[in-house]
Amino acid sequence: MADGTIAAPRAPDFAGQRANSLQRFSRRRSTIAFLMTLPLLAVVVGLIAYPAAYGIYLSLLNRRMTEFAGLLNYEILFDSDTFWNVAWQSCIFAITAVLAKALIGFWLAHMLHDIPAKGQRKWRGMLLIPWVIPPALSTLGWWWMFDPTYSSINYVLSIFAIPAVSWLGEPNWARTAVIIVNVWYGAPFFMIMYLAALKSVPEQLYEAAAIDGASSWQRLRFVTLPMMANIISITVLFSLIVTFANYDIVRVLTNGGPRDLTHVFASYAFQVGILSGNIPRGAAVSLFMLPLLAICAFFVLRGVTRRNKEQM
Amino acid sequence: MSIRAGNGISRRNVLRSGAGVMAAGTLSAPMVHAQGTGGTLRCGFWDHWVPVGNDILRRLCAEWGQANRVEVQIDFITSVGNQNLLTIAAQAQSRSGHDLLSFPTWEPASKAELLEPVDDVMGRLIAKYGAVTPAAEYLGKIGGKWVAIPAVSGTQMKPACVRFDLLQQHAGIDIRAMWPNRNERGPGAETWTWDTFLMAAEKCHAAGFPFGIPMGSFSDAVDLVGAVFAGYGASVMDARGNITVRGNAKLRTAIEYMVRLGRFLPNDVWAWDDASNNRALISGRSALIFNPPSAWAVAKRDQPAVAAQCWTVPCPAGPEGRFTPYLPYFWGIWGFSRNKNSAKALLEHLSERPQAEAQTTTSSGYDIPPFMSMNDFAIWATEGPPVGTVFNYPIKAHHQSQTSVAFAPAPAEFAVQAYTQALNTKVVARIAQGGETIDQALTWLEREMNTIKRGG
Repeated sequence: MADGTIAAPRAPDFAGQRANSLQRFSRRRSTIAFLMTLPLLAVVVGLIAYPAAYGIYLSLLNRRMTEFAGLLNYEILFDSDTFWNVAWQSCIFAITAVLAKALIGFWLAHMLHDIPAKGQRKWRGMLLIPWVIPPALSTLGWWWMFDPTYSSINYVLSIFAIPAVSWLGEPNWARTAVIIVNVWYGAPFFMIMYLAALKSVPEQLYEAAAIDGASSWQRLRFVTLPMMANIISITVLFSLIVTFANYDIVRVLTNGGPRDLTHVFASYAFQVGILSGNIPRGAAVSLFMLPLLAICAFFVLRGVTRRNKEQM
Repeated sequence: MSIRAGNGISRRNVLRSGAGVMAAGTLSAPMVHAQGTGGTLRCGFWDHWVPVGNDILRRLCAEWGQANRVEVQIDFITSVGNQNLLTIAAQAQSRSGHDLLSFPTWEPASKAELLEPVDDVMGRLIAKYGAVTPAAEYLGKIGGKWVAIPAVSGTQMKPACVRFDLLQQHAGIDIRAMWPNRNERGPGAETWTWDTFLMAAEKCHAAGFPFGIPMGSFSDAVDLVGAVFAGYGASVMDARGNITVRGNAKLRTAIEYMVRLGRFLPNDVWAWDDASNNRALISGRSALIFNPPSAWAVAKRDQPAVAAQCWTVPCPAGPEGRFTPYLPYFWGIWGFSRNKNSAKALLEHLSERPQAEAQTTTSSGYDIPPFMSMNDFAIWATEGPPVGTVFNYPIKAHHQSQTSVAFAPAPAEFAVQAYTQALNTKVVARIAQGGETIDQALTWLEREMNTIKRGG
């Protein structure tokens, strides 16, 4: 029923009293719907809209937050080599890590899917462990393994006469280390999402494909992937947002070093905003993520909508 | 005519009796020997590395609170994960929270407008105990006003902690003879320069015991490079905020020195944090680090044989003097506090010599008081083994040394940004690790300083 219709049967007027306009307004279905969504709206406004608006406001102030500075903080950032390095590194980090997580998660989901249901639960539980441990804690464990001087990984390498690697001291290795930890932490999320999607693919489709003589590759390409496309898109988008905004792994593992070559937006924003006492510029750094992620979200969600329409 | 209630008690009698009780309570209040009558003071102190460091503050505050009838509530806020910085930022934004807080090195300057000036307290303390160390004045006196009181608890210096056996064996330097545990210089102390240091670094590196000097972006690295720069008279910005990178021969010399020194350090120092150098010393792999006595204290517990060979000495001298890295805490009172007078009185009490000595002694000599006249507490002479190992931890007159804060004398609002971004270690790393020429690195440094300066 369209908005503006009456939700409940009209109550009889008592003692000749006629329902006033307020009573009529409160009986409208749209009004009830609005009232019921108010708690959610309050949460969205209080925890998302207000902080975002306040962040934008902060980014427009001067360092001491005493004067309106317009877009000066953004101008300054655009002139900074370090900032562009951070932007570039954030993109490399997010794209590489999300791709790796998606591929590993996809592979793991298939492996799990093929295990009989009886033994599947324990494997699923074990593979989920990295995702369950708080990342700051697990990253500390990784840091001990990558420790510049006492790396346990280097110890293992030395057994095979492989020279020690400066995991956190050499820029490319440090970037690799950050990505490895992120992939280790995030791949189980992809795995569990893909596993759920795999289980929802109707078995009849595979049977039909088998009757048509489809190879395993063709079954994957023309049955599994199309059926999982929406889940893949949504998972990638979600992970891209989370990975882009990642803070704890970089902070614990490298602190952005060496020479700022592993900083991502969040860790750099913290350094500029909180540690350096320049909150407006830190806000500007973190807000730079917004347009990039908005563009990604637009294209991914448009694809999802299009596929949904095609399926209807 | 009074209106009587049903039980026979008149309204007027009730009011009269109530007023009597109120008056009696009010008049007798000053006679009540209980806390709380002078209000409540909410304090957020730094959560000390040394566990008993909190106990002494708790005890001193309780004693003062009892004597002054003020209820002192204390929270100890850790610096792990920058929790103290986040707390300060949150309270500054909300204009609410504690009455007084421990502010790390740069925060008094950063929050100067929000802090209650404490010139009156500092005036009385300076009149009693003499001058404050210059670096504390640079950080705590903003625009001619003291905005916070240099704290005892948490304030540290980072002189050299030397394995005297290794330095003697591999570099031929008897460091204990140079800097004995007496108020005098020993033979050869005048040769303890950065050039001698470089020679010793090369020899110890060749012997497999390289000096453990971090070159990453953490404070130990930034502080030490800052002290070397100061020793060479090198700065990147002057006190008026002018960038002094271009054509700065002293800066170039200091950077070249650090690049040369970098060749004799472990090859992973670019990723070291503030704990890496401690571990290098404690594990027996390193002949020298720059650190407060905490590394030695851990070695005393975990590796007593190593601790027994450690000796703390002043930093080497450069052409422009001897500078020791200094990392102070401050006690500041928020301008929005409702109990400023009590806060000032408590902080003055904590800064007095007996209370300062109690804090330093309890922290095994870790805490450094801001007044030069207090650098003679007994704890530094008696701590060991070996006895006297931290005698030279605080600056003594015969050291002819000054406290150093990296990026001073730049205005604090710019210096803090350069400090937290570790621009001084990065400029060295760009050359030594990244393969840039010194001109390229200096051009980068100048651009970064300009970025910091823009926007006020």
